[in-house]
Amino acid sequence: MDTRELHDCRNAFAETLEALADQDANIVTVVNDSIGSSKLGGFRSKWPQRLVNVGIAEQTLVGVGAGLANAGMIPFVCAASCFLTGRALEQIKADVVYSNANVKLCGMSSGVAYGELGPTHHSIEDLAWTRPLAGLDIFVPADDVETAAIIRHVATNDRPAFVRLSRMGVPSLLPEDYQFEPGKAVTLREGNDISLLACGVTVCRALDAAERLAEQGIRARVVNVSSISPLDQQTIIDCARDTGHILTIEEHSVRGGMGSAVAEVVVENTPCRMKLLGFPEFAPTGSPEWLLDHVGMSVEGIVDAAQALLK
Amino acid sequence: MTRQKLATDELPRKCREMRRTIVKTIGDANMGHIGGDLSVIDILGTLYFHVLDIDPQQPRSPQRDRFILSKGHCAVALYTVMAHAGYFPIEELSSFIQPHSRLNGHPCNMKVAGVETSTGPLGHGLPVAVGAATGAKLKSEAWRVFVVVGDGELQEGSNWEAAMTAAHGDLDNLTLIVDRNRLQQGDRTQDVTSMDPLAERFRAFGWEAFEIDGHDHAALAELLERPRGSGLPRCIIANTFKGKGVSFIEDRVEWHHKVPTAEQVQQALSELE
Ligand SMILES: Cc1ncc(C[n+]2csc(CCOP(=O)(O)OP(=O)(O)O)c2C)c(N)n1
Repeated sequence: MDTRELHDCRNAFAETLEALADQDANIVTVVNDSIGSSKLGGFRSKWPQRLVNVGIAEQTLVGVGAGLANAGMIPFVCAASCFLTGRALEQIKADVVYSNANVKLCGMSSGVAYGELGPTHHSIEDLAWTRPLAGLDIFVPADDVETAAIIRHVATNDRPAFVRLSRMGVPSLLPEDYQFEPGKAVTLREGNDISLLACGVTVCRALDAAERLAEQGIRARVVNVSSISPLDQQTIIDCARDTGHILTIEEHSVRGGMGSAVAEVVVENTPCRMKLLGFPEFAPTGSPEWLLDHVGMSVEGIVDAAQALLK
Repeated sequence: MTRQKLATDELPRKCREMRRTIVKTIGDANMGHIGGDLSVIDILGTLYFHVLDIDPQQPRSPQRDRFILSKGHCAVALYTVMAHAGYFPIEELSSFIQPHSRLNGHPCNMKVAGVETSTGPLGHGLPVAVGAATGAKLKSEAWRVFVVVGDGELQEGSNWEAAMTAAHGDLDNLTLIVDRNRLQQGDRTQDVTSMDPLAERFRAFGWEAFEIDGHDHAALAELLERPRGSGLPRCIIANTFKGKGVSFIEDRVEWHHKVPTAEQVQQALSELE
């Protein structure tokens, strides 16, 4: 049982967005009948005209976002990540990324946040689908502080971006004065025996696992890889060189996600022992926490995987 | 196929019983889309207990009529009618969304025999139904295809692509039923994207379209069983109320996927006696 205060990062998302929208009238939101799940009720009351609800129509959702960007606005396109990325992937590719439209794609309730709703609603493919789109920034905040920092960053940068947000409760990990830097992985704990690279809701689990490993005399480095694209190649190379073992932990398919991105860097630069933790196949039904535990990403599971990798 | 059918005047009692099952299942699981489950259950009851040529003992019989619940978030309504029809024990509904349960929050055909295709993302059912109906035509088979969509769901463009394909293919073995409860997830449908005039839109797309009371079992049965042969796919706009049968849920947008408290479950069950 986690006794720390847990935060739904969507609240930090909504608060930050409203603060920004207060300053910049170009900020608009686009939703697919998802005002509640995107926490945009407050935004709608303040600026009803600046929220476009296209209904249950994700392809149009992203296309309209691209058109708003063309008109000089800064659209935050908010929808459940599974439908946003899966349903509208070609619109994301052609209308947003290839056309370099200044659209901020906000994938809500990503990963297995909708655990009980089953694999159609799990979004454990979204990174694999979007990663090949060169020119699309992809960020996965680890907590509420980083969520706010990333939303501020994307709002003030003229680039297409995909921000992958959860609704799972996570503790605050980063300091209040944290500055987000795209393309920079953040080392949260030093260690030279093994590197644990995590992103999003698994970062807190990686930190807890490092604590347990320390009790056994294993010094694990913990790195928050919140910037998936661009990726911090140098930090990954350093991890491989300094620790010789890399364990990646992500709430995503083991194919095509953050772990794959890290492996691509490792294999081309500093081959080392690696293990990728994530979802090996469609997940069963269950709560988000239970599902993460079930596929080996409980704190104990991470510790076991680290020990196995070191053998 | 040999399944025993209920007369239309027996359907109201059956559907009331299934409404109670829905309320209990969602109350116990603490999850479910109760509004849409209660609006669609009269349609499902009429299909499973009166119209469909199916055999729960042989759920994959090639001769079966095909039914697809496109609004897959209403899985509890589908599981309920399937359990009551004998596909699996009613007690199994208590496993809904439990770890490893085959009764996922959205229906999966690989887990539950009798579910034709996995649904959950909206706007998938009609295209699959068009394929199934086309297959029946190609094989000169007499079985029919029925598909239920939500009215909000019709905002997905895939439905209208499929509607054109169905008309072009003369798919008079295909019936689309729109659960026209006029509410979607966060708003009244009218306030998001107006669907009117819905019947005329389908007619303009080359379908025959009818509008009826979606809680009137006899009217539903008559239309669903009306002989085919027109060469046109058929659309039935079934006017319903979301949350039908439970006073404090009926026609209220906030009950899209809200869960009743233990007290509210008791009140709902007594209203459904
Ligand atoms: C592609 C897709 N986008 C969004 C959703 C989320 N969602 C689930 S139910 C729903 C509203 C559906 O409204 P309607 O079709 O009218 O169904 P009903 O009111 O009968 O429940 C939404 C937006 C989804 N399941 N699939």
